[in-house]
Amino acid sequence: MEPSPNGTFELRRSQRKRVGMILAGVLFLATIFGIVVLVALLVDVILTAAPWLDAQFVRSFPSRTPGEAGVWSALMGTLWLMGLTALISVPLGVASAVYLEEYAQDGWFLRLIRVNIANLAGVPSVVYGILGLALFVRFVSLGSSLLAGALTLSLLILPIIIISTQEALRSVPSGVRESAYALGATRWQVIQSHVLPMAAPGIMTGVILALSRAIGETAPLILVGALTFVSFVPQGALDQFTALPIQIFNWAARPQDEFRALAAAAIVVLMMLLFTMNLTAILLRNYFEERRAGS
Amino acid sequence: MPADESTDDVSTSPASADPVSPNGRPDTSEASGSREDSSGDAPTVHPKLEIEDLHFWYDNGGTHALQGISMDVQPHRVTALIGPSGCGKSTLLRCLNRMNELIQGTTLEGTILVDGQDIYAEDTDPVMVRRRVGMVFQKPNPFPKTIYKNVAWGAEINGYTGDLDALVERSLRQAALWDEVKDQLHSHATNLSGGQQQRLCIARTLAVQPDVVLMDEPASALDPIATSKIEETITELKEDYTIVIVTHNMQQASRISDETAFLYMGRLIEMNPTDQLFTRPEKDRTEAYVTGRFG
Repeated sequence: MEPSPNGTFELRRSQRKRVGMILAGVLFLATIFGIVVLVALLVDVILTAAPWLDAQFVRSFPSRTPGEAGVWSALMGTLWLMGLTALISVPLGVASAVYLEEYAQDGWFLRLIRVNIANLAGVPSVVYGILGLALFVRFVSLGSSLLAGALTLSLLILPIIIISTQEALRSVPSGVRESAYALGATRWQVIQSHVLPMAAPGIMTGVILALSRAIGETAPLILVGALTFVSFVPQGALDQFTALPIQIFNWAARPQDEFRALAAAAIVVLMMLLFTMNLTAILLRNYFEERRAGS
Repeated sequence: MPADESTDDVSTSPASADPVSPNGRPDTSEASGSREDSSGDAPTVHPKLEIEDLHFWYDNGGTHALQGISMDVQPHRVTALIGPSGCGKSTLLRCLNRMNELIQGTTLEGTILVDGQDIYAEDTDPVMVRRRVGMVFQKPNPFPKTIYKNVAWGAEINGYTGDLDALVERSLRQAALWDEVKDQLHSHATNLSGGQQQRLCIARTLAVQPDVVLMDEPASALDPIATSKIEETITELKEDYTIVIVTHNMQQASRISDETAFLYMGRLIEMNPTDQLFTRPEKDRTEAYVTGRFG
């Protein structure tokens, strides 16, 4: 017995079209909302900061007189901190990810590590600050040094680097791996010559994201004991330091309007630094991608 | 080269020795015995590959993909593996150079000898196995590097000390690609057409000078013209190499192979000289498959 479908079609084209257009509008508004708020914030900050932003502001140490105050020590502190953090976290993070993706055998241990890394990425930064204080400042006796701060920030961003590197490694086509193995390559030869170069752009993106997170962190640095009023530039990794977010926090907390304007100016400096870092990383990434794609 | 007419007699067609052999081939000791008997004055040709009661499981034992395969592959021959999708032909091929080990949760039982040497013995290094038993994959997958680098890399990682330029040229000539690419050796491999890329992959495999070349449906992603070029190449290669090719294209198997093995549901149903298997198959199932009645 054959089924006899005998319904009719009600196309309701105009109604379906209308729903589609309304939804497109809602989605556009959702997009525009975030952008408008962000632009408003930026414009406000830049307008407040504009009168104070000059070479003198960048090159001066903090001062009790707003007119003479600057961010030089904080800027240098942040640069030191980022450099050390990158040096510590990138090799560690990439190495861990390569181990987890390429070497580790699937099993309960690997799954446990994976779950824990994912969880660590969600731990509040202040908790890392407490860990850094107990471990690096007190136990390892690094004191409130740049190195202690960088190690703490490294712990904070390691999960991000590991997870994004794992993603990048996973996206390398299995055909490339297999054909390299089929030529009699060892695991390390395959990783070094093919997997890592092909994953480099993705790894780079993860590192950018991670460092962008680290550069704005305030809470862990306060706990580790970063100073708030520093009139010297750190000369080595064991020196005491301050950083831009801390300087901003300090100025913004003062009652005088001038200092709050200084905070805005420091925010602009921080954002410029962030922007420069991202731009460099994107250029590097494009360079790698181009090399991969050929001319 | 022993690839003359006399080897046809000694290639142990089970039809003459044991027409009702369940695996299409009597066990090795008998086979070698009967081979010596039947060949008489002809020199004994040892099989290049001897597969003995091979079992293979995926998914931690959940899928029994190969169920007791025994067969020999003769040197300087093209041996085709045919059978419907999922019959285990690719799995069998990938057992021959231990590629399946790269997949987690797989188990293998039985022995595979290459030139009499057990490639799954405790002290056998899979890296050395793959260097001797090369592989060309279904999808052309050149490394994202230059044409020259693609061919040279395998030789480099295996410590080749001779003239690399000469090796690259010879490998490309053997793969019938030299004339098309000799003026653009340092341009990117991904700029080549699909057929050229696949011949580049063949050249890359030949550059490490393996004994055996495994091919997993090497022409299935290519157009008819590129396919016929690959087939020509394969026919020329058997002078220097032993070739095992998986194909789902029966015309292709009959065009290029000397012997054909028909697999079904993880078992070897029949293995015979190609023209015999296609014109006078011993098993009903083989006949049904090669005449297109199922599969």
